[in-house]
This record gives sequence, C-alpha cells and structure tokens, in this order.
Amino acid sequence: MTAQVHVERRAVISWNDRRIRAIIYQILVLGGVVLVGWYLFSNTLANLERQNIASGFGFLDREAGFAISEGLIPYDASNTYGRALMVGLLNTLLVAALGVVLATFLGAVIGVARLSTNWLVAKLASAYVEVIRNIPLLLQLFVWYGVITVSLPHPREAMNPVAGVFLSNRGFKLPAPVSDPIHFYMGIAFVVGIVLAVLVARWGRRRQDLTGRSFPSFWAGLGLIFGLPLVMWLIGGAPTALEMPELRGFNFRGGVTISPEFAAVLFGLTFYTAGFIAEIVRSGILAVSHGQTEAASALGLRRGLVLRLVVMPQAVRIIVPPTTSQYLNLTKNSSLAVAVGYPDLVSIGNTTLNQTGQAIEAISIYMAVYLTISLLISLFMNWYNARIALVER
Amino acid sequence: MADQAQHRAIEPDDRPPAFSVGAVGWLRTNLFSTWYNTGLTVLILYGLYSLVPPMVNWLFLDATWGDLPAEACREAAGACWSFIHEWWRFILFGYFPYDDQWRPALALFLAIGLLVVSCNRMFWRLWLVYVWLASLVVIGVLMSGGVLGLTPVSTRQWGGLPLTLGLSFVGLLVAFPMGVVLALGRRSSMPTVRAVCVTYIELIRGVPLITVLFMASVMFPLFMPQGVTIDNLLRAQIGMILFAAAYLAEVVRGGLQAVPRGQYEAADSLGLTYWQKTALIILPQALRISIPPIVNTFIGFFKDTSLVIIVGLIDLLGAAKTALTSPEWRGFYREAYFTVAVIYFVFCYGMSKYSQWLEKYVNVGTRR
Repeated sequence: MTAQVHVERRAVISWNDRRIRAIIYQILVLGGVVLVGWYLFSNTLANLERQNIASGFGFLDREAGFAISEGLIPYDASNTYGRALMVGLLNTLLVAALGVVLATFLGAVIGVARLSTNWLVAKLASAYVEVIRNIPLLLQLFVWYGVITVSLPHPREAMNPVAGVFLSNRGFKLPAPVSDPIHFYMGIAFVVGIVLAVLVARWGRRRQDLTGRSFPSFWAGLGLIFGLPLVMWLIGGAPTALEMPELRGFNFRGGVTISPEFAAVLFGLTFYTAGFIAEIVRSGILAVSHGQTEAASALGLRRGLVLRLVVMPQAVRIIVPPTTSQYLNLTKNSSLAVAVGYPDLVSIGNTTLNQTGQAIEAISIYMAVYLTISLLISLFMNWYNARIALVER
Repeated sequence: MADQAQHRAIEPDDRPPAFSVGAVGWLRTNLFSTWYNTGLTVLILYGLYSLVPPMVNWLFLDATWGDLPAEACREAAGACWSFIHEWWRFILFGYFPYDDQWRPALALFLAIGLLVVSCNRMFWRLWLVYVWLASLVVIGVLMSGGVLGLTPVSTRQWGGLPLTLGLSFVGLLVAFPMGVVLALGRRSSMPTVRAVCVTYIELIRGVPLITVLFMASVMFPLFMPQGVTIDNLLRAQIGMILFAAAYLAEVVRGGLQAVPRGQYEAADSLGLTYWQKTALIILPQALRISIPPIVNTFIGFFKDTSLVIIVGLIDLLGAAKTALTSPEWRGFYREAYFTVAVIYFVFCYGMSKYSQWLEKYVNVGTRR
C-alpha cells in the first residue's frame, strides 16, 4: 500500500501534490511581479525618452543654483546638487537626533507623571497624552510655526527673557562663545571622556562580578564625560567671552540663530513623539508585576530604590522595542519639515526634482537614505535590546 | 469569630479619623500626601490659575462672534470666531461649488451616521455590508454628480472634511484586504511569496509617507503608457493605500502569530485545505485579536491624510491653511487651527475610546 502510493507520487506530476502546487504558485507570483515591473519600467523608459530626460545620477555634479537658508556645512548657490542634498541630509539628521533625545526625556517624565500618586499631575499628564496623540503632527507643526512667526514680536520689540537671549518672529537668538582654540581640545576631551567612561563601566562590572563590590560607574562616567572638558577649559584660561546678539537695523547680528522653521519642526516632533513615548513608558512600568515591587519593599528597599533597582531594569526591557519604532517614526516624520520650509532632505530633494525633472533619482535617494537610517537605528536598538534582554537558561 | 468579638468589642467611636475619609481624606491621599506632592500641587494650581482664566477670556469672553469684518477682530483682544463664521463652509468643503455644498454635507451626514450605527454590536449583520456598499455609491454620486440632474463636480474641487474622511475610509477599505493578503504572504511557507511580501512591507515601512505620496504624484505619470493620465486625487489615494497596506499587514501578522499553534494543527488534522483553514479557523481569530491595533493604525492613518496637502490637495487642514492666506484674514491661525484640531480630536478620540471598548468586548469569550 505504502509503496504503491510512493510510486504513484513519483510518477505523476499532479495538481494534488502540495510541492508541485507550491512551485506553480511561486512561478506565477514571481512572473506577475516581473511582468508588472517590466511593464512599468518600459513605460517609464518610453516616457523619459519622450520628455528628453537623461536618467542617471549625473545631475548631482551640476550646479544647483538655489540658496538654502540654513545648514551645517558651508553652501552657496554655485555648489552642486550633490552638496545641496548633503546639506539637507545633515539638517534631517540634526533635527532627528535632537528630537530623539528631547522626546525620550520628555516622554519618560510624562510617562512617570501619569503614574504619579498626585491626582493633578496624573490627570494633567493624561490630558497631554490624549490631546497630543489625537491631533495630526502636521497641524501641530503649523501651530508651532504660527506661534513663532505670527505671535512673537518683531526683532525690534523682541522678547528678552534672559540677557543675550532674544525671541522674535525671525527665530531665537542665543549668545555664542567667541571661538577659541581651546574649544577644539574640549571636544577631544569630551570624546576621550566617553571612551574612558565606557572602560570604567566595564571595569566596574568586572570588579563587581569578581568581588561583589559595586562601583559608582554611572557617576564616575558622568564626571569623566563632563569633567574632562571642564578641566581642559580651565587649562585654556577659562575663556568666557560671549558674542552677544545685537539689533542692527531690522534684524539681529551675531550669536547663534535658531530659525523659526527649525524650532517649529523640533518642537513639533519632540512634543508629538513624547506623547507616544510617555504611553510606552507608562505601560512598560505597569507591566512589571506587582509582586516585584512588593518583594523589593519586603527586602526593605526605599521607594526610590525600588523604582531604580527593581522596576526600571525590568520595565526597560519592555520599553525598548516599541520606543525604537517611535524613534524611527520621528526620523521619518522629520520629512514633514517640507511643509514649514525647513530645508531637510525631502525639501531640498523636491527643489532638485522640480529643477531637473529627475523624479526617479530623487525618490530613490529619499528611499535609500531613509531605509539606511531606519536600518541603522534598528540595528543599534536591536543590539541594545539584546544586551539588556532577560537571559533565560 | 465569637472569640474575637469577645476579645475586643467594637465601640461606636472606632471610626476612621475624619481626615482620612471623605473629601478631606481624598485631598490628603491624592494631592497632599508628601511634601513634594504638596509642592507640585501648589505649583500646578498656580499654573492653572495663571493660564485658565486668560484662556477662557480669549476663547469666549473677549472673542468676537458672528458676522463681523476682520478689522473688528483685530481690535478685540480675544479669539476671532468671525473668521470661522466667514470661512467655515470653505474649511469644511473646500472649493466645492458653493450652491451645491449641500451634497458633500449630505454625504458627510450619511457617512458619519453609518459609522455611528456600525459601531453598535446590534447592527453587525450581513445587511450592514450592503447598506455600506449602497451608501458608498450614494456618496460617490453626491460628490461627483453628473447623474440625476446633479451638476458634475471634478475631483479637483473636492476638499475639506469629505476629502479627509473619503481618503481615509476608502483607503482603509482597499488597504485592509491587501494587508491581509500581504500578512498571509509573509507567513507563507513559499520562499518567493515570502520574499516579495517582506520586500514590499519593509520598503514601504522604511520610508516616510511623504516620499510615498511624492512617488505616487510624480512617478505614477511616468509609469503609465502614453496618453493615460491619473487624477491627482486618485494618485494620492493610491499612495495612501500602498502605505496603509504595509502597516496593516504588520498588524494582521501580529494577530496571525498570536493564534495558538494548536489551532493550525487542529485545522490541518481535520483535513482542511490551506484556504479553508485560513478563512474558517485562523483569520477569524487573528482578526479578532488584531481589531484594537487595526483601529489604532487607522487613527494614525486618519491623521496622516493631512499630508496630502503637500501634493496639492485641499483637505480639512489644507482648507484651513488656504483660508488663512486670504489677505484680509491673515494671521488668525490660532482660530483656524484650533477649529481643525477640535474636529480631528473628536474623530480620533472617539475612535480610540471605541477601540478600548471593543478590545474589552471582543475578548469576552477568552477572558479569564
């Protein structure tokens, strides 16, 4: 009986054979995808040919001819499209990186506040989360942009909350330290401090594993990271000269400028994402079982220590994966900057696209960049997640 | 029991201290339990005191109401609701011909009414699907006209709230089946199918919606053979659908993974085919599990429709922004955005509350 079936299976290519069916299905799917792809591709080629658009990335070396309002690297209209896009990319990274740091901080504070025993604090935090999460980010960006450009006074009547800080509808003006060679060495000291802090933390952990004695690695690391630049600053003669912004004519000169566009995007992204992170933090803390808190209290730990030593390490494991996707969302949402005119990658890419007609190239640059950023953030957060994950048997 | 009672008779004075019960007790435990809680409470109360009265003044007492010119508004200290009075029909309906605006209004009432009805468990019957299909046809006729003596209105004139709702609901309707198929494909045992689905999902999820919309608006015309043009609205709609499908696929995949393995094996051992197993055993359970995250995804999607203004459509937010560009009414952004924010908030908050209720409700059977 068995042998018969066996022979039959080998001999007949039957629709009833699961493997045969699977192969046929896969050929159909692949064929369909290839066909659709080929159809779109050939249409595109024909269209490009008709419109006399040369495809390829050669346009990146051509002169851009448009100005960009702000950037981290020097740029002017005579530079190439490639450099313009680089300015945009750096602007995107800048606003995303700052947004991630600020949103994490604000979100953690609000998430903990929602669990506060103080009724007012908890309710206010809940109201914040509900309002922020239920209004589109784009609308919030417009509101921030409106607050800065319409509601703040003209530079002549700029608000001056602290000496040297001016808030006006042209943006925020802050005093800048007059450039000094010691700043460079302070930067080096900062990096060295980070490296040393990591080494100290490793050494502290190993010592605790070997001897059981703990070492305050966190505070030592903090001291190294901020202490070394401070020492360097003191060695350099503690230069305190600040360049104060001054009103000249219709606008300010000198100091550091934070443009309204940048501020609107940064505020919008920070406050919006913080609402989501707050919910993640709250549910992460709530997910730690109550028995853990009780056991810790039974051991005689104080409330603060219970939170720091028992609840938080377990909550972080739950918090990290969804927070990663919030970081990714924040980075992707930074592309909304185009709506308020902050020159991010998409905004500059669009100008490029409109000037050159290189639609496919521009959009593949967007995709490549955002996919790379997403991948890098995921890789880093997965690495971090794997490090803190619970190791079971 | 009797021993204890003898041991210590309960006396009438054995009540809790007056300061630990009632309003005073509530205040003590919730607002003034420790010195820092007291400090926080005082700080917040002061903050509320200095913020709320000016807000109320701005919103209501000092505000200008009714049909007043912009000059009157600029003199007043409060909100300019005259701006909304002047522009509400534009904000709600965009450039839809003024005299025909009863049509989008009716469509809006129909859609929202049906939505409210559909939220009710009582009406979860097959006929509701037909009612929905019929209503969609009616809404389509109302919006585009051209039959029954209604003047045709091109999609370029569509705008405001009907556009926002239309983009999100039609988007969900089409994207949902796509998402289910993609999720099944991603869990398939066939490597090619899996690879195609994973590539699609990760590619779309890795990029911002804006780039997908741009792709739809600048690359679709290139993809089409010569002479074929796609409407701008349709392009944005397709972009939104492509985007939503990838996100819904991940949500449904989560549901599929949450169905216990025993269910798959039991279905196999009953001799069901793949499609019988999927349609009768797995999907009903997986979709029930993923209803709350689907609603959450939809809320996100609903908010994201506001991005279509970047490809030149005038949705609710776009209409408010356009109204602000009129020279006479420049600068009343607070009133405009406040109104739009309230509309978005009502929809999103309502949906999220409903999803919380639904989450409890659909889990009645599995709750321990």
